[in-house]
Amino acid sequence: MSRVSSPTFRDSLSVSFTVGAYGVAFGAAAVANGFSVVQSCLLSLLTFSGASQFAVIGVIGAGGGALSGITTASLLGIRNGLYGVLMAPILKVRGAKRLVAAHITIDESTGVSLSQEPRGLQAMREGFWLTGFGVFIFWNLFTLAGALGAKAMGDPSAWGLDAAVPAAFLGLVWPRLKSSTDKSLAVVAATFAIITTPFLPAGLPIIGTAVIAIIAGLRSAK
Amino acid sequence: MDTLWIGVIGTSVIAYALKLSGHSVPEKFLSHPLIKRINLLIPIALLSALVAVQSVTTKSAIVLDHRLAGLGAAITALLFKASFPIVVLSAAITSACVYNFF
Repeated sequence: MSRVSSPTFRDSLSVSFTVGAYGVAFGAAAVANGFSVVQSCLLSLLTFSGASQFAVIGVIGAGGGALSGITTASLLGIRNGLYGVLMAPILKVRGAKRLVAAHITIDESTGVSLSQEPRGLQAMREGFWLTGFGVFIFWNLFTLAGALGAKAMGDPSAWGLDAAVPAAFLGLVWPRLKSSTDKSLAVVAATFAIITTPFLPAGLPIIGTAVIAIIAGLRSAK
Repeated sequence: MDTLWIGVIGTSVIAYALKLSGHSVPEKFLSHPLIKRINLLIPIALLSALVAVQSVTTKSAIVLDHRLAGLGAAITALLFKASFPIVVLSAAITSACVYNFF
């Protein structure tokens, strides 16, 4: 990366900082759900995919087992695989570089990279690496800050942390609700999760909605 | 090893495997239109379920409490096109007020 064009640099940095700052919400939510500061930070360092991280702490925090938490998080991580399919022919990297590229293949790095298309292939590559590393740095720093902050607060309810977690999920899902299928699916999934909670083992009311999503996808494809 | 550690490590290992698979598998499998379609819908279902479960349930019971006020504030903020931090903050502040003062 010899010369980084300044618009690409500006785009990458602003996305990195804004998105990275959400790490505060994650760190705080993880601690509020019973995870230690170290575990919260490891999730941000190693999983490094916001929705999956929120999912695993949400499911296990609600009393679900490890398998339920991992499954829910992994279903949300499939899209990163799809981003890899898009990014591989643009990046054209091999060996260790490819292993690093895979780890920072997330919503933001892919999004910024694809948005640089009018500026050429080089700008797309720079957008990917700058945003990927930028989000990684800020997301992890802010996770640590949020986790330590929540640890110092004590009772999560007194600070509204127990409501911040569902609000964060709502903030993640809201922009995805575009078609009427999306909106009905959201309502059906939420209703299903609530009414099955007293009967199904913890975690299943959440994972079960993935089946509803698959059925909705098969039906709308016809 | 307890549930939390298994959750942290298991999620991380699979998350990375999924990311790496995209850089490795033949394009035609993952870019099938039906896979793409379902992949857009699964996060909607899971995240909506998580909103619901985290707002109105505790363990295996349906519990309506201060969190619902927070959720109402979050929805209001989103209807006014507020940014993500504002949405989360308004939910936290509203919920904390109800919890502490009522």
